[in-house]
Amino acid sequence: MTSDVHIWWIGADAPDDHLLESVRREVESVFRVRVRLERHAERPTHAFDPRRGQHSSSQILKWLVGRAPSGRVLAVTDVDLFIPVLTFVYGEAQLGGEAAVVSTARLASGPGAMTDERLFGARVVKESIHELGHTFGLIHCDSADCVMARSVNLMEVDAKRMRLCGDCETRFGALQHKEQHHE
Amino acid sequence: MSKERTRVLVVDDEEIVRESLSGWLAKDGYTLDVAQDGPTAVEKLRAERWSVLLVDLKMPGMDGLQVLETAKKLQPDVAVVIMTAYATVETAVEAMKMGAYDYLVKPFDPEELSLMMVKIVAQQQLVRENVLLRKVLKRDYHFRDMLSKSPGMQRIFDLARSAAKTQSTVLILGESGTGKELLARAIHAESPRHGATFVAVSCAALTETLLESELFGHEKGSFTGAVSRRKGKFESAHGGTLFLDEIGDISSKLQLDLLRVLEDRKFFRVGGSESVEVDVRIIAATNRDLRKAADEGQFRDDLYYRLNVIPITLPPLRDRLEDIPLLVEHFLEHLNLEMNHQIENVSADALAALMRYDWPGNVRELRNVLERGMVVAKGSLIMPDDLGLQAPASRQPVADVTLSLDEVERRHIEAVLHHESGNVTHAARTLDIDRVTLYNKIRKYGLRRTEENGTAEA
Repeated sequence: MTSDVHIWWIGADAPDDHLLESVRREVESVFRVRVRLERHAERPTHAFDPRRGQHSSSQILKWLVGRAPSGRVLAVTDVDLFIPVLTFVYGEAQLGGEAAVVSTARLASGPGAMTDERLFGARVVKESIHELGHTFGLIHCDSADCVMARSVNLMEVDAKRMRLCGDCETRFGALQHKEQHHE
Repeated sequence: MSKERTRVLVVDDEEIVRESLSGWLAKDGYTLDVAQDGPTAVEKLRAERWSVLLVDLKMPGMDGLQVLETAKKLQPDVAVVIMTAYATVETAVEAMKMGAYDYLVKPFDPEELSLMMVKIVAQQQLVRENVLLRKVLKRDYHFRDMLSKSPGMQRIFDLARSAAKTQSTVLILGESGTGKELLARAIHAESPRHGATFVAVSCAALTETLLESELFGHEKGSFTGAVSRRKGKFESAHGGTLFLDEIGDISSKLQLDLLRVLEDRKFFRVGGSESVEVDVRIIAATNRDLRKAADEGQFRDDLYYRLNVIPITLPPLRDRLEDIPLLVEHFLEHLNLEMNHQIENVSADALAALMRYDWPGNVRELRNVLERGMVVAKGSLIMPDDLGLQAPASRQPVADVTLSLDEVERRHIEAVLHHESGNVTHAARTLDIDRVTLYNKIRKYGLRRTEENGTAEA
């Protein structure tokens, strides 16, 4: 697997290029890999569950794996995501795999987010880095301000920085070394 | 650290649920596995230890409640969380009654799941730490098989540890049941002699002649019944420790014989003419006041001084009540194993009763009372009535000034006889009168008659 990351917009509405570009830039800076923004016309409509009115993130991941170019793919969408046992998820990723998905649907809510584009943008960037971190093999971090901390509400998302903490940085280095060594 | 040690088993017949839930939790660093049905889960429960089980309620064949029931039997500490899409109050109540940790209605909020897992991990961590701390504490409270946290006993353990390193004779004093033999064994086990034998002799159990032969052995034909040469306890204990229990009860002839062995480390077998040399460490014990016996001429002064090199006095249990909860826990653990019982504890009321009791028979009596409690108890807790304790006698009875001296004496003798379980020899010793005098008083006050009528225990 090459270390390139491909970012696809698979949302219902038109993409926010400015937002996607900031995701690309920050992901590139955190993981020090080449990140490309790519247009993809297809949509995983089969992942929609009419009973729940949400898209299954697990099905989107499977759909991505079948289509993604070599490397890792991060799909960004504006539809709400779920896994069967949970009411919603901000995103999902294959641990040590190649696919990740992030939804902006719930990141725009909360005080200030609708009016403060920067806050909303920061949340999308953080969750994108977070899910991609899983594809690099990183698990959740106990430091609340590390981008790899588990966040189950917006307060926790906002408490995180856009960076890996020292420990996760070290772990990431080791995982990368292992991956390259394996190739 | 603790997250890796938290092993989670997801049990659900739907693959997508197993995959997504285990995937979600794996990212927290837990160790995950899945089972597609109840029987597979039970198999995994038999094979490995689990911290958390997330079990779907409705599964074909064996349902979630059946898995919960089996899990609690196989691994009582496991936290079982029941998940269901069709919540009813009845099943939730039933699950909680059966020992479920929580009951989640699918789909659940990620925050709810996350908080629940954090809570479970923290609780299990605390339980682990608690077990560890208790083990460390218990180790600190132990001197071999003896257990105490009372400062007085801790000083005794320290003294015994130091004494163990020497060859000096130890004299252990204390009431019956305080653990004199246990302490003697502990000293032997801690001593450089621990590789050799520990031989115990109860000096009060045998007649003078038998005890003599028991201690020193005999030559063939030395007395009627001595059909062959026999080694005595002194020879058997060569290189090790000889424990002489109830040393205060030996005859004056044996006192002299013993004094000689202690002085010369040599003795003659009964009927023998050849001296036998032994290397034996002596630990003696008695529940009598040996100093007083020596002062009154009932025990040889010189032997008393020979024995009283390192005197250790074990306190009665009533003087170290703080040890009762610790001893109760210790005995319950052992008795559960011995008797194959599942008694969890004594009730708070029962413990209070144990703390109030006077314990004339000391730690040995406590063990017996708990054994009785275990046999009688109907549930997993020993209740006050199960212990069969008598109402404690007031330690400082208020004097009844209307009574005659004879009546006071009659009542006191009756109480002492009761306390000594009717043993006249022991009662006479406590009253500090000879047995003939006691028999006369029993006759005088008609105590025998009352006893025969069954109103007094004797």
